[in-house]
Amino acid sequence: MNLYREHIMDHYKNPRNRGTLPNADMTIEESNPVCGDKLKLMYKLDGDRVNEVKFEGEGCAISLAAASMLTEMIEGKTLEELKAIRDEDMLKQIGVPLSPTRVKCGLLALSGLRKGLKQDNLAGYGNS
Amino acid sequence: MLDPAKLRADFPILTRRIHDKPLTYLDSAATAQKPSAMLEAMDHFYRNHYGSVRRGIYTLSEEATGMYEAARETVAEFIGADSSEEIVFTKNATEAINLVAYSWGRSNLRKGDAIVLTEMEHHANLIPWYILAKEKGLELRFAKVTDGGRLDMMDFEKKLKGAKLVCVTHVSNVLGTINPVAEITKLAHEAGAKVLVDGAQAAPNLPLDMCELEADWYVFSGHKLYGPTGIGVLRTHAPVYEAMQPFLSGGEMINEVGLGDVTFAEPPATFEAGTMPAAEAIGLAVAIDYLNKLGMDSVREHEQAVTEYALEKLSAIEGVKIYGSKKAEDRVGLVSFTVDGIHPHDLASLLDQDGVAIRSGHHCAQPLHQKLGVPATARASFSVFTTTDDIDRLATSIKAAQKTFSEPVKA
Ligand SMILES: Cc1ncc(COP(=O)(O)O)c(C=O)c1O
Repeated sequence: MNLYREHIMDHYKNPRNRGTLPNADMTIEESNPVCGDKLKLMYKLDGDRVNEVKFEGEGCAISLAAASMLTEMIEGKTLEELKAIRDEDMLKQIGVPLSPTRVKCGLLALSGLRKGLKQDNLAGYGNS
Repeated sequence: MLDPAKLRADFPILTRRIHDKPLTYLDSAATAQKPSAMLEAMDHFYRNHYGSVRRGIYTLSEEATGMYEAARETVAEFIGADSSEEIVFTKNATEAINLVAYSWGRSNLRKGDAIVLTEMEHHANLIPWYILAKEKGLELRFAKVTDGGRLDMMDFEKKLKGAKLVCVTHVSNVLGTINPVAEITKLAHEAGAKVLVDGAQAAPNLPLDMCELEADWYVFSGHKLYGPTGIGVLRTHAPVYEAMQPFLSGGEMINEVGLGDVTFAEPPATFEAGTMPAAEAIGLAVAIDYLNKLGMDSVREHEQAVTEYALEKLSAIEGVKIYGSKKAEDRVGLVSFTVDGIHPHDLASLLDQDGVAIRSGHHCAQPLHQKLGVPATARASFSVFTTTDDIDRLATSIKAAQKTFSEPVKA
């Protein structure tokens, strides 16, 4: 089984939504010091829906491809829907079995999103 | 010269297939694979001679005690210590360093005292000192590593002034660099500082002579020396023992205990509290016998040849960057490298698909990686059974990984 199937390499080489979002409603940085992976995830909301999402970062192909996939997964979704994303959903998107050490790479972006959602709660609920 | 291809038969794990490919094990610097002789000796001990070490009067206990003490003897001889009393068994190199930090550092270092470390230390030889420094208000100084991957001796001498302790690795687990520890020890002693040498990467690769090194403490792990996990070695000697307080305390490290008072056993027993890993000590001694039969000079010679071949093969691949000295004689058998455009973890995952086991990450040396300017590297390390075929498979697999990463994908 090739870990680096087309799907992963595609997202790694042609990342979706890569870039920055000035004036984002949510900006979060997440890192895995063990690998030196660093991600920054940003989105803008339209009401409680993700209108625009971007990420940037450096790291291994698995963590960067997963970040790219995650941005596609959350575009247009409501905050409640974002909160409902489970590890399994992310791993299913990645689509190849990851060894326990590599699962961390695959879930780095999602872990960032969860941190961001907590932060966003505080700001978001005050506004609406 | 060793015949690595023949020695492969001594290591049962090498018959394993990984992802349906033969195993190419290139991670001996993290932990070495085990020869049958060692595995059988531990099994034999448990089946035939097992009993409580140092506690019983009955036959099995005396046999077990005798074998445990004979293992200490074997270790002492292997590293050229003056006597087996200089050998304390610990769990691993990490515990041995913690032991020194606790039993000597805590009672001999005072607020404002300086410890000299280096930028190339493994976390095992950093964190115990960070903790002690915080507790006691000590100053930590870091001797620099040159761009060529060596210890900057000018900087070391500068930092040494007035320091009370030097903690230095004999061999860098990332750069492979062999440090001039005999010279370091001499300079440190002239400056009135004690010296701890981390020999975790040196013991499996270099002939050692404690009388020549004259370090106050020398530590290493059994599992990197083809021995079992759970056994490590601290070598020190009488004048230093006197200044050391007990570390772990409890049974077996005492002379006499009353209600509320205790006198301690003589070293090395003072530092071996509780039931010790006897089978592991015996296993380590058998692993050492195995190396002695090969001869450490031959082991060194073999690893030099493999390292030279690996340096040549890897540097011939476009996009591969090798860290540390380009000369095999400056190193032991390990090579850290990066491949342009491929994260070391991706590389290690791809190589694993081909049955090639390498290490990737910061190898517990984050400060050194910060210095090298990369968060992680890949590392191939060699052992007595590493052949040039293994290196060829490594090179082929790296090239295949480059192909995977450079092939265009359909958008
Ligand atoms: C240079 C060096 N020092 C210390 C250690 C720690 O060894 P252990 O984990 O066996 O205690 C290692 C190995 O990981 C090492 O390479």
